[in-house]
Amino acid sequence: MDPMQAIKVTFFQECEEQLGELETGLLAMQEGSVDDETVNAVFRAVHSIKGGAGAFKLDRLVKFAHVFETTLDKIRNGALAPANAVMKTMLRAADVLADLVTVSREGGAFDDTRSNELIAELNAHCDEKAAVKEAHPEEEGDNNPFAALGWEPVSLSLEPEINEYLIVFRPKPELYAKGNETTRLMRELSRLGALTVHCEIADVPLLANFEPEQSYLSWRATLRSHQDIAAVQAVFEFVDGDCHLDIEPVEASEAHAEPVAEVAPEAAPEAVEEPKAAASVPREAAKAEAGGQGNATQNTIRVDLDRVDRLINLVGELVINQAMLTQRVLEAGAVKNASIATGLDDLEHLTREIQESVMAIRAQPVRPLFQRMSRIVREIADATGKNVRLKTEGEGAEVDRTVIERLADPLTHMIRNAVDHGLERPDARIAAGKPAQGEVRLSAAHKSGRVVIEIADDGRGIDRPRVKAIAIKKGLIAPDAQLTDGEIDNLLFMPGFSTAETVSNISGRGVGMDVVKRSIQALGGRIAITSKLGHGSTFSLSLPLTLAVLDGMVVRVADQTLVVPLNSILETMKPKPGEVYGLGPDTQVIGIRGGFTPLIDVGYALGFRTHRADPMSGVTLLIETEGGVRSALMVDAIQDQRQVVIKSLESNYGHVEGIAAATILGDGRIALILDTDAIVHSSSGRNSPSDMLLAG
Amino acid sequence: MSMKILTVDDSRTMRDMLRLALTSAGFDVVQAVDGLDGLDVLDRENPELVITDINMPKMDGFGFIEGARKIGRFRVVPILVLTTESDPDKKMRAKKAGATGWIVKPFDPVKLVDVIRRVAA
Repeated sequence: MDPMQAIKVTFFQECEEQLGELETGLLAMQEGSVDDETVNAVFRAVHSIKGGAGAFKLDRLVKFAHVFETTLDKIRNGALAPANAVMKTMLRAADVLADLVTVSREGGAFDDTRSNELIAELNAHCDEKAAVKEAHPEEEGDNNPFAALGWEPVSLSLEPEINEYLIVFRPKPELYAKGNETTRLMRELSRLGALTVHCEIADVPLLANFEPEQSYLSWRATLRSHQDIAAVQAVFEFVDGDCHLDIEPVEASEAHAEPVAEVAPEAAPEAVEEPKAAASVPREAAKAEAGGQGNATQNTIRVDLDRVDRLINLVGELVINQAMLTQRVLEAGAVKNASIATGLDDLEHLTREIQESVMAIRAQPVRPLFQRMSRIVREIADATGKNVRLKTEGEGAEVDRTVIERLADPLTHMIRNAVDHGLERPDARIAAGKPAQGEVRLSAAHKSGRVVIEIADDGRGIDRPRVKAIAIKKGLIAPDAQLTDGEIDNLLFMPGFSTAETVSNISGRGVGMDVVKRSIQALGGRIAITSKLGHGSTFSLSLPLTLAVLDGMVVRVADQTLVVPLNSILETMKPKPGEVYGLGPDTQVIGIRGGFTPLIDVGYALGFRTHRADPMSGVTLLIETEGGVRSALMVDAIQDQRQVVIKSLESNYGHVEGIAAATILGDGRIALILDTDAIVHSSSGRNSPSDMLLAG
Repeated sequence: MSMKILTVDDSRTMRDMLRLALTSAGFDVVQAVDGLDGLDVLDRENPELVITDINMPKMDGFGFIEGARKIGRFRVVPILVLTTESDPDKKMRAKKAGATGWIVKPFDPVKLVDVIRRVAA
């Protein structure tokens, strides 16, 4: 990759981090913490984005960041109070900044009206006059952000005229103390044209009176150059105030009046070399000041994801290999307490630990994901006229990166729902005796090897009679169905269910909670609702920490070993005679608690056998697919329940219908992992949702 | 031997850009991520020139320059301040802290090298 391109990638990664910091900081400020560190961190975030954007000539981003930064600077130095209205603007500005970053990275259209609006708003906060000015950004030359940041233009004189300057330069000791040197200044001058330099040594005292830190030398130089006086002055830009400087244009007539000796300027600054060696003073002090290293940035390395995945894969192999080794040794007749068996136990523990540590590499805190949600809350709150506060907890909980990535959409949807459907309007809340500001709480916590994410609101809760009425009206359940509260709540996850009477453009984007549920299940997760009328609802997502291993049930089907993902299995049962009915030549159903569920013989569906096995001879697994459809899968026997390492088949075999992946069992045999969704889909497709409800 | 330059900047982007611009110009580059880290790397690496950002966590550029100037060996090593802030106050503060000069972001690699040549032997 072109190095600049690579840096650009880094820049955008860093932008994401900085946008996160920005949001966290702004939210903290809104909550009232306006300490220097918070404000500085917020300022730095915008400042860094601007700096990088400038380097890549992302002008729109620079322009916006500049105005944003100017406002933040006002807050930083106390010229502007971070009042509520100001903070609201800031948060919206952070959203626009995030959008600008996205557009800059991915291209595409960006509506300038929003950013211009916010620029005007930011300026209005800073100062009324600025707002008027900014209203016509195109016409206002000095609104160009580069005017404030860029190099001051060096005026070039185009006429070939040669100017002559007499420069008298007497450095003060401070000039040397800041690392400047006459030699370099003179060398710089000589680049502008023909230079003659004369060093004045008259002020140098006798050695006895010589002060090493003093400055005794001065210089007179004559420069003949095409450059104008500004260019000559620019050479002394850094030493302004640290020297006596006199630059005089010499009239052409006097140009040769004063012949000057050419002096090698290198000879001059010797006087200042001394202090360099002399002072060896507070080195230790400065070191002590610098102590307490522990820098987060330095303690991390960036590693290509592919490498991590390769390592995870290898560790998966190692786990399998270790299991095989253990089994072989036991088969060979080793005694349980023999030293080799003890060694194998240790190996097993170590392997597990390595596996967990390696999985942890892919784990990332949910913080950035949660941070994004605060923006979603703001947007919907604005659009619905609700007053909402998002409270987040447990942002440090770590989950596999892929899980985090694929959680963004369902989470966004649920947060939208919580604000749009869950919370009441401020007036309704006050009438109900609640504070006008609603609260949505987003939390993450590790619980027994999984991460549980909860989205809780303190809104109206699920109106169960209404939910039931809607489900009946939509034909999702029978009018006389007797449902428990939990079952009614779960109606929300049914395809085709939407509680909002008119589909609002916020929650109702053509996807319902059924899609949310499906995406959670696709991640090996589960979702549950609890709700109390008038007090709010809580959605809990339970997710696996990693996608590389799976809890599975090992089953036998037609002499084949298969693994069924445990999270899709609701219960297992042994059918009794009279419970299985034939419905036509190709369909069988099984009666479970008064309802009927399609029965699928896995061996037949996968082509392991040419005719259906007798349902009485096997075991039935009641499963629920990602679409919420229930089916009964018939297998010959259940063997085991264990964690298996997922090995993709697709790179070698392409996609195999009905098979999700494969794994290697402890005895070295390969077992296929069932794709229950695909099996159900290809075998039936005739179940209406009401079947499953009767079954539930 | 090529000149060793220390860059102190909390932004990875800026550090990368500086490294690219400086190494392509033939300089050796060592990096630090904030003022505190800068003092530490300074001590360890003995750079011949320093380029530092102003706005940084833990210890800002001003603090870093003041700290560096207290170390005997670095009393007269050129230290350039790299910042988007062009306002004269910042420059003056940096100078007061002991900065040799400044570079305004966004920098142009040619100009960057130019400024370095201007203040370094």
